[in-house]
Amino acid sequence: MEALEILLQPSFWAAAIRIATPLIFGVLGALLCERAGVLNLGIEGIFVAGAMAGWLSVYLGLPLWGGVAVAALTGAAFGLLHAVLTVPLGLSQHVTGIGVTLLATSMSYFGYRVAFPNVTSPPRIEAFRPLDLGPLREIPFVGPILAQQTALTWLAFACVAVVGLVLARTQLGLAVRAVGDNPAAVESQGLSVTAIRMGAVVAGSALMAVGGAFLTMSAFNAFFFGMISGRGWVCIALTVFASWRPGKALVGALLFGAFDAYQLRLQTVSGGVVPSQIFLMLPYVFSIAALLVAARRADYPRALMQPYFKGQR
Amino acid sequence: MTYPTQTDGTSAGAAPRSTVLSLRGITKRFGALLANDAIDLDLRAGEIVALLGENGAGKTTLMNILFGHYVADAGEVRVAGPDGALAPLPPGSADAALGAGIGMVHQHFTLAENLSGFENIVLGTRPLWSPGIGGRAARAKVARIAADSGLGVDLDVSVSRLSVGEKQRVEILKALYRDVKVLILDEPTAVLTPQEAEGLADTVRSLASRGLAVIFISHKLNEVISLCERVVVLRGGAKVADRATAGADRATLAELMVGRSIEVRHSAPRGVGEPVLTLDRVSAAMGRRDRLVDASLDLRAGEIVGIAGVSGNGQGTLAALLAGLAAPRSGRLSVLGEVITGEDPRAMVARGVGRVPEDRHREGSIGAMSIAENFVLERLQGGDFQRLGFLARSRIRAETERVIAAFDVRCSGPDAPIRLLSGGNMQKVILARALDGRPRLVLAHQPTRGLDVAATADIHRRLLDARDRGAGVLLISEDLDEIFALADRIAGIHHGELSRAFPAGSLDQRSVGLLMAGQDPGIAA
Repeated sequence: MEALEILLQPSFWAAAIRIATPLIFGVLGALLCERAGVLNLGIEGIFVAGAMAGWLSVYLGLPLWGGVAVAALTGAAFGLLHAVLTVPLGLSQHVTGIGVTLLATSMSYFGYRVAFPNVTSPPRIEAFRPLDLGPLREIPFVGPILAQQTALTWLAFACVAVVGLVLARTQLGLAVRAVGDNPAAVESQGLSVTAIRMGAVVAGSALMAVGGAFLTMSAFNAFFFGMISGRGWVCIALTVFASWRPGKALVGALLFGAFDAYQLRLQTVSGGVVPSQIFLMLPYVFSIAALLVAARRADYPRALMQPYFKGQR
Repeated sequence: MTYPTQTDGTSAGAAPRSTVLSLRGITKRFGALLANDAIDLDLRAGEIVALLGENGAGKTTLMNILFGHYVADAGEVRVAGPDGALAPLPPGSADAALGAGIGMVHQHFTLAENLSGFENIVLGTRPLWSPGIGGRAARAKVARIAADSGLGVDLDVSVSRLSVGEKQRVEILKALYRDVKVLILDEPTAVLTPQEAEGLADTVRSLASRGLAVIFISHKLNEVISLCERVVVLRGGAKVADRATAGADRATLAELMVGRSIEVRHSAPRGVGEPVLTLDRVSAAMGRRDRLVDASLDLRAGEIVGIAGVSGNGQGTLAALLAGLAAPRSGRLSVLGEVITGEDPRAMVARGVGRVPEDRHREGSIGAMSIAENFVLERLQGGDFQRLGFLARSRIRAETERVIAAFDVRCSGPDAPIRLLSGGNMQKVILARALDGRPRLVLAHQPTRGLDVAATADIHRRLLDARDRGAGVLLISEDLDEIFALADRIAGIHHGELSRAFPAGSLDQRSVGLLMAGQDPGIAA
């Protein structure tokens, strides 16, 4: 069966990981915000802004890692906006998040048009190259898959471990988890609910923006309109699927990546009998199906979307 | 419940005790309201002091000032430092209060349920950037405190899996871990079974004997009398009494709190009539945990049957059956002579069931709607308050004004949104709605939870009136004082199992505690 042979190709798995990388950043960012009790629907726009800011910085002469830093800072700035509006001011997190998405997306497109008024094909940059793994390349099957990945993918894996460790094993992690469950518990221990929530939203938004930057600086090497195409929303769904756990977030992102990579290859072997839209739909059908299973038992952070005001209970 | 009585064992004869906390002239205004009026309070090491007062008397304001949530307009808080000398506490800083050794266990627990007990205890005790959460030293300290205080609880499972009593132990450990000198307990026994409350009282005594000063806030006067050596009473923002507990009884304390004597009527049924509610091996469930298994009960006209139990043991399902919000899965339920098989809240009201739901905010009223609208909410079907589907506004207003006067509801008028009322007044409106149609069966579910002594007495009087008029009243309550004050017969509920109903006279607090724990009190019905 041709359809099953796809699963044995290293190039398929390499693509799955590549597609998963921005989602890993995005889900980590979203779960960090939500663990602290703040839903961040700005994620879609922050992806766009990160993609644009990182790519533009490199185009204008910054080194690649400088571009990643600029992307992270851009994300942090939009995160700060979302945090100020939702945490101390306690505005609706849904409305604010959608607003941030619209603002960040429009500003990115506007910046692009101002910078490049007359181009028809998007200018390209010299992007991240696959990391040279030395002798590890020789491992059968796995070697070629890993050898195709860039430094940003490895950074994503590292972030999974770091976020997981911080949440589980540090005072900071305790505070973030507690503030998303019962802010009064944090307040009663002499910590600032506002500072912890805002910090988590800013850090989470920076991670989301790096996910966006991956697309322009490692995958497509250029910025164009509509390139995010719902990846942010997928991350919000995957966060529920992952039960707000970094390890499961990695699994969820990889599964989604695998579905997406698989449908791309399936389109070529199906010989054009099945409309391609059916295949394009597959990863999203997977998301909805996974949510149906996972969300029924989902253990939402108890204080998610509940603003907290000091001295009020 | 039978607390051990106060003896000289509570260090009254020990070495002179140093003052650890001193409040001087604490005054706080909110607009025109004088919430705290020049309050003085001294607390010595090893002392257990009760802080009593009606809702709105200023207890919460005083504690919030102590904790730095509010800044007093005048006055000073001084706390003993490490050398024992009193030093002023910087106002408006919760951190400073924690640092000075003031700890509080709130009535609503401040625990993160997704963390373990240990994680809750060490949360915020080290800088956020430090690696690890406390390590071996913290473990050892927690273990030592737990052993010393006798507060045994599994600290490694997530708090959501602990019982209410266990959560409270975690809260107390949390305070003790911070080396508190003053521990404030805000209505700590409101959620405990009598046995648990007794365990807590023992713990508090043992902590006090080690030099901890305890402020005990409670509405349950029996507890106050048996546990505390001194009682401070606030009324209308001012301190009206600061006296030894010895020689005081419930009536004295209640009078101090309210400022007038509270009429205590002993309940004596005038004679019971035919059954108004019969459960014969009824099973039903409102979700996985709150359920009723094979419950049997008989309630007759002209009597009050009290269901004692800690919330979540099946009371919700029992109340839902009577309210028409649940249907029996098996067994036979008969209400006012009719066998009930389905869910139909409207039909229950039409049959003559008056319902006082457990949560007056969520189920009992619609906050944004006016008092008048809330009052007629259950009675819009008939022709009294509407014509062709249009509300008869003037008649609704007139009826509501009559009821506001009859039930002594303090409000600005029938058009005021009900959410602006105090708990006691809101409950009176709900009671008026339930009782005004002279129902033959009344469901009163936690009718006085969170209300002060005066409002509670008023509601009790009206429930007794309903009984004397010939209604059967099913009283579901966690408050044993309430059960004993009202009920003619008492049954316990535990894990969905309803005990037999025993005559109230044959039971005491301890035997009802056994009923609430699902055990046989060992007496004949």
